[in-house]
Amino acid sequence: MALNIIVCIKQVPDPEHYSKVTLDPVTKTIRREGIPAVINPVDKNALEEGFSIRDSYSGKIAVLTMGPPQARRALEEALAMGADEAVLLCDRAFAEADTLATAYSLACAVRTMGHFDLILCGNETADSGTSQVGPQLAQFLGISCVSNVKEITFEEEMSLVAKQSLEGGYMKVRLRLPALITVRKEINKPRLATAFGIIEAAEKEIKEWCCKDVEVDSNCIGSAGSPTKVLEPIELPRRKGEIMTGSPEEAVKKAIEKVRELGGLT
Amino acid sequence: MEQRRGRLLPVCFELLGKGQELCQNLGAELAAVLVGNELGELASELMDYGCQKVYLAEDPRLSLYQGDLYTDLLSQFIGENKPEIVLWGATTTGTELSARVAARLNIGLTAHCIDLHIEDIDGEPRLVQVVPGWSGNLAVKIISRTTPQMATVKPGLMSKAPQMKVEGEIILVAADLIESVIASEAKQSRAETIEVVEEEAEEMPLEKAEIVVSGGWGLNAAGGFAPVEEIARILGGAVAGTRPVFDKGWIPESRMIGISGKIVSPRLFISLGASGATQYTTGFTGSQVILAVDQNPNAAIFEIADIGIVGNLQTVLPLLIKELKGAA
Repeated sequence: MALNIIVCIKQVPDPEHYSKVTLDPVTKTIRREGIPAVINPVDKNALEEGFSIRDSYSGKIAVLTMGPPQARRALEEALAMGADEAVLLCDRAFAEADTLATAYSLACAVRTMGHFDLILCGNETADSGTSQVGPQLAQFLGISCVSNVKEITFEEEMSLVAKQSLEGGYMKVRLRLPALITVRKEINKPRLATAFGIIEAAEKEIKEWCCKDVEVDSNCIGSAGSPTKVLEPIELPRRKGEIMTGSPEEAVKKAIEKVRELGGLT
Repeated sequence: MEQRRGRLLPVCFELLGKGQELCQNLGAELAAVLVGNELGELASELMDYGCQKVYLAEDPRLSLYQGDLYTDLLSQFIGENKPEIVLWGATTTGTELSARVAARLNIGLTAHCIDLHIEDIDGEPRLVQVVPGWSGNLAVKIISRTTPQMATVKPGLMSKAPQMKVEGEIILVAADLIESVIASEAKQSRAETIEVVEEEAEEMPLEKAEIVVSGGWGLNAAGGFAPVEEIARILGGAVAGTRPVFDKGWIPESRMIGISGKIVSPRLFISLGASGATQYTTGFTGSQVILAVDQNPNAAIFEIADIGIVGNLQTVLPLLIKELKGAA
């Protein structure tokens, strides 16, 4: 029997360019202009895990993302890596959603996508890192979930054991499908898109769905459907931030003296 | 309150410390909820830390964390008891469980708060949840429009509760609620926790190191991560890094500093080639002394450092190594 797998991914500002991200003083959302967008790094491990399960049991991998029109790029890359189908959930009405409204919107899209056996996500995103959307999505779909998983072992086709990483150890959880799993980076090493993959991907269709294409309660999406509300940014206490002057040699010498003075080195 | 094998995790006491403070401001009662089996002793321990009520849900079938069961049980419990505020530790299971309960009850949840306090908002006392912003010393305030107001707190960030003995009471969560939850999940649930395995701690956990040397992605253009390792070796400190460095596989996750990694407060924290995203800096603001090296004089890292060196990393790092070697 073949498995239907959905991998949820997110497009995020490239973590290598973090220093250029700023907060919009008016809308209080983050400004990403000029910052390259990439697939959230650990979401590639979720894709890879899907591919290796498909290799063992056959089946298909559908990749889902919610985001602005340019999030299509992330889907193209996922298709080039080897995903079979892609859905972009894209509508102004979904914008500025918190984790709950995001998970609800994704759940509506998953229902529209039809039958699935397994949903895979990364365990956290590089931009907000809440780790909440995966478990919340599972809850909206009424399925079991295990988060922060470092190893998946199939016992038989519809049953697996997931090793969930804990502080100072791990937990083994047996899951009967359908279920949702969020994976950690150490679970595998994601493949790169190949030239052949890129050519193949051009033939694959990306479905773009707006609010009307999925059955949603418009009170539960976007900013209106988000129970948390962002207020103003605040400044945390600063330190002195004394920059050492002089030639590099002098600056280094002074810095070490200063560290000693403050008790950092004995 | 998360417990493992009958012991409370350290983050429990950090939550109780914040809980005591919030309750004083609100004139509210501090309660704790324990789920597991044979936890009576822990319940008494919690009353030494200011808990006026300790709710105890006990059953042999609850002794290990079971995601579906715990979600169902706590959602029903919170729905019936209507607390104003619910705080959770941002551990693996705390994060998963709080997110599932939030979705089940359709309420807000803010992850990884670095501060929590009460403010008057539109004439009503609300829980202000402070999370890291994007750079340097910037943070963002978030409130919940729903009740209970729920937030998770990263272990190691808040101070532990002082002892505060109160006349508390232990309230057993009704056996018929537990029984009905177990019965309904037995029919529906497709997940079962088989075992919990404790692994031996690392030889030198990052949180215990007196000196931490941490590298950022700026090192990539300056020849790599080796200087971090060398400086750590000279000083007998621990090696650490930022998220981009972890993403590139230079360090294991157990060495990643920040709100989604480790929180440390060593005697000396040295940051090399990191610009200072708040997600990162939140992980070490409690350090006694912070020394930062970066080539960008406007980098946010210098706002939270005590001492800064601005300069080309390829010039400065060898000098730093030489100087420290001479001094060591």
